[in-house]
Amino acid sequence: MEHAKTAPADGAHLVDQAELDDLQERFDATIAAEQRIEPRDWMPEAYRRTLIRQIGQHAHSEIIGMQPEGNWITRAPSLKRKSILMAKVQDEAGHGLYLYSAAETLGIDRTTMTEQLIDGTAKYSSIFNYPTPTWADMGAIGWLVDGAAICNQVPLCRASYGPYGRAMVRICKEESFHQRQGFEILYELSHGTPAQHRMAQEAVDRWWWPALMMFGPPDADSPNTAQSMEWKIKRFTNDELRQRFIDMSVPQAEVLGLALPDPDLRWNEATGHYDSGEIDWTEFTEVLKGRGPCNALRVSNRRRAHEGGAWVREAAAAYAQKQAARAAAQAGGGAAANEERAAAQGSGQGSAHDRRMAEAS
Amino acid sequence: MADERGTRDATASGEDRRSPAEQGAGVAELPARSWPLWEVFVRSARGLSHVHAGSLHAADAQMALENARDLYTRRSEGVSLWVVPSAQITASDPDRRGAYFETAGDKVYRHPTFYARAEGVPHL
Ligand SMILES: [Fe+2]
Ligand SMILES: [Fe+2]
Repeated sequence: MEHAKTAPADGAHLVDQAELDDLQERFDATIAAEQRIEPRDWMPEAYRRTLIRQIGQHAHSEIIGMQPEGNWITRAPSLKRKSILMAKVQDEAGHGLYLYSAAETLGIDRTTMTEQLIDGTAKYSSIFNYPTPTWADMGAIGWLVDGAAICNQVPLCRASYGPYGRAMVRICKEESFHQRQGFEILYELSHGTPAQHRMAQEAVDRWWWPALMMFGPPDADSPNTAQSMEWKIKRFTNDELRQRFIDMSVPQAEVLGLALPDPDLRWNEATGHYDSGEIDWTEFTEVLKGRGPCNALRVSNRRRAHEGGAWVREAAAAYAQKQAARAAAQAGGGAAANEERAAAQGSGQGSAHDRRMAEAS
Repeated sequence: MADERGTRDATASGEDRRSPAEQGAGVAELPARSWPLWEVFVRSARGLSHVHAGSLHAADAQMALENARDLYTRRSEGVSLWVVPSAQITASDPDRRGAYFETAGDKVYRHPTFYARAEGVPHL
């Protein structure tokens, strides 16, 4: 059980250095044997902190990621596209919740994470700070942004922390629909009128470079990668994943009949990969520092939704409390009456439980 | 250390998973900072057991069931759901797993492979 309490052991004791070494050794051996670390296992504090940060950022990205696409739900070109887009955005909400749930097993609570997001102290993927001015952006996001996310996420299914890996398995199963629906939007536009084709091309021009930046800074500037790989949270470096994404995208762009906006993109026979142009990392840093086109808007929307929903959360909690109090009063005060009624129905306290279990089956 | 972790998470009501320090003074009369946490179990098909799928927050059991349906069965992954307050689950201590499960280890005679005489004998 991820959140279950541990049965009290033989009383608290101080952990001495020898014991700590022993715990560390066991942790290292578990990682080396490709086994998973589970919530109640001992783990180094740095491992726990890294996971809380990474899973939290990942969850926030899914939640904030609903906004650029939510922008087009009311303006989708057909009922079919609207239903698809709503299902996709709903999936992203689900992804956020799976990940918050995984992060909570590490001892941080959901409310704290939400507060960090809306007060601007938590990070999320910079890609969601770009605007979505046309319908074709829905296509480009699905194809490129979800595509890049899949590249990142598939290896995370094997992350050494059990709940994170399991959340990623669930997420990856759902992502392939996201990428395919985006590809289809672009394909239809690309093979439509000249104006539609242009709209598709412009969206790809807008999203290609930011999508490449989703993999994070180049390996030389990514000091945490080595430790993350040692802990088997990460399985490949940023540059490796980025290259994989480029290699997959080039032939897909050909099928779409759209160009990727990089004049240096060409097949390299010697390496067996595509060579590509330099990424403008100053732009990446600007967006990361909060100076992207939509940073303030995304966070303020999230804050407004959270604060606007406060009365709903309070009302539901009050209702639950009232129902529980009523049930308790009935169980206590009307015990005799209940017993009579139960006898009449041929079921006592114990079998009420059985009945619930039977209904649940 | 595991014990510390256990007691931190195992609040009596399960409605407030904050440490005492985080809760601060005088908040007792305010509603809990977040809805309680529930563990979700999904039966994927008739004939199979319910399997743990993850967790979620909800104000009460009914809402937990509805949220579980929306969160964990959007693609017909289940035919039945259980939700259990996370605080109601008692778990064994993972750091003591060696000693705790050791007793089963030396009882090899519980496995059919322990009995060699039956080798090659049909239907045995
Ligand atoms: Fe997602
Ligand atoms: Fe997605």
